[in-house]
Amino acid sequence: MSSATGSATGSATGPAAGHLPGATPTLQPPAPVASAAVGPRYVRRFTRTERSLHWVHAAAFFVLLGSGLVLYLPPLSSAVGRRPFVKDVHWWTAVAWAAAMILVAVLGNRRAVARTAREVDTFDADDARFLRGNLNAPQGRFNAGQKVNVILTAAFAVLFAVSGALLWLGERDHAFRLAGTVFLHDALMYVSLVVLVGHLYLAVIYPRTRHAMRGITLGMVREDWAREHHAKWVAELDAEAAERDR
Amino acid sequence: MATPEQPRENLGQRRLGRGAFVGIVAAGVGTLFAGGAISRATGKITRPLADNLGLAGIVPTSGWRIYTVASTMPRFDPATWRLTVGGLVEKSLSLSYADVRDLPRVQQVSDFHCVTGWIVKNVTWTGVRIDDVLKHARPTAAATALNFVSSERPYEDTLTRKQAALPDVLLAYELDGKPVPREHGAPLRLVIPDMYGYKSVKWVEQIDLVDVPEDGYWEQRGYDRDAWIGRSNGA
Repeated sequence: MSSATGSATGSATGPAAGHLPGATPTLQPPAPVASAAVGPRYVRRFTRTERSLHWVHAAAFFVLLGSGLVLYLPPLSSAVGRRPFVKDVHWWTAVAWAAAMILVAVLGNRRAVARTAREVDTFDADDARFLRGNLNAPQGRFNAGQKVNVILTAAFAVLFAVSGALLWLGERDHAFRLAGTVFLHDALMYVSLVVLVGHLYLAVIYPRTRHAMRGITLGMVREDWAREHHAKWVAELDAEAAERDR
Repeated sequence: MATPEQPRENLGQRRLGRGAFVGIVAAGVGTLFAGGAISRATGKITRPLADNLGLAGIVPTSGWRIYTVASTMPRFDPATWRLTVGGLVEKSLSLSYADVRDLPRVQQVSDFHCVTGWIVKNVTWTGVRIDDVLKHARPTAAATALNFVSSERPYEDTLTRKQAALPDVLLAYELDGKPVPREHGAPLRLVIPDMYGYKSVKWVEQIDLVDVPEDGYWEQRGYDRDAWIGRSNGA
């Protein structure tokens, strides 16, 4: 099976090759959608597992940010008071976040998670050009900026969890108190806030990219939009469709 | 999808993501140990920045963090507030806020070190020396330590009489020229600059003279009773 798929994919990339190196200097025009007359066609970008992971993470992040700011900012700390309660909210949200992320990843579509991890891990020459500012460089299901965002978010999640656990332990036993724990937890918050603002702008406001919100909520995105923003991924889908039609 | 035979166009693919992930995590873990130095270096940039952006009143740029242990922060009512001094003394005291303000006034400038790593430089404290309070209460010969009780129960902490007599130890009612704000322990807090901040009890309302020092709030959680900066708590 795998060798058959391999050779089929190899030959089927013929038509897709037009989106790749040869076409890129000329701002590759979006291919017209054949079925435009019957309404837009949609392609599946995210499985339910990937969407669940995203929204579990997002919901937990906002609760943690809100409760964390109450603990961190003196005017808010004074206004709200109830510090032990806010600490409990912060801590148990973090515990619930970790448990939910692990549960969704383990009980959900593990192949989809593994595929996402593999795609995010992989950078090619077009990704390098994209990161250098050539936003027309053809991109896969994740563009290079999204890959960087996932990597940052994952690494920060680990560091938030480690430094947060050390803060919690350090209140109970000073052996767990390290010189930079507070600084690291605070610095992660500041950088995350900047990344979040950019993420929200592209997801909610910027007209060219905000259609991506449909993908992370409902799973499907318009094919013509995907072809424009994620040409290599749609080429892969085309190749898979051609393989099925054979 | 990944296949054993990669299409030609993908030959430039490199697995860089995992390296970036591990690198960021490693850098962050390094910060756990070198965070003090990094924080002082970045503070030189971020503090003036926040001050100029008008964020100084919101973001803790001056370094202060507000830590409390109870569900509500004590509120100061000048009409009812009293500082009581009791235990092993010849004469128990109950001082009003005005009584405290009438005691000899002293001022000192010092750095405030929190055990969690943050430092506030050049804090001006104004208040009274502890000995100026004690001489009205006249501790007995058996009294070797003072227990400072906060109105934020169950917070309390202990100093030996020798520590309490250090020249820069005081009960402060002003911070940087203004009455101590609520979140800093209004109206009266202990200040012992040579020790980590958890010894500087906020909202002091009672001082008990005792013969055996007892563990304070954080000492019951493993922190050192003699919390000298740089010489305690594993430093």
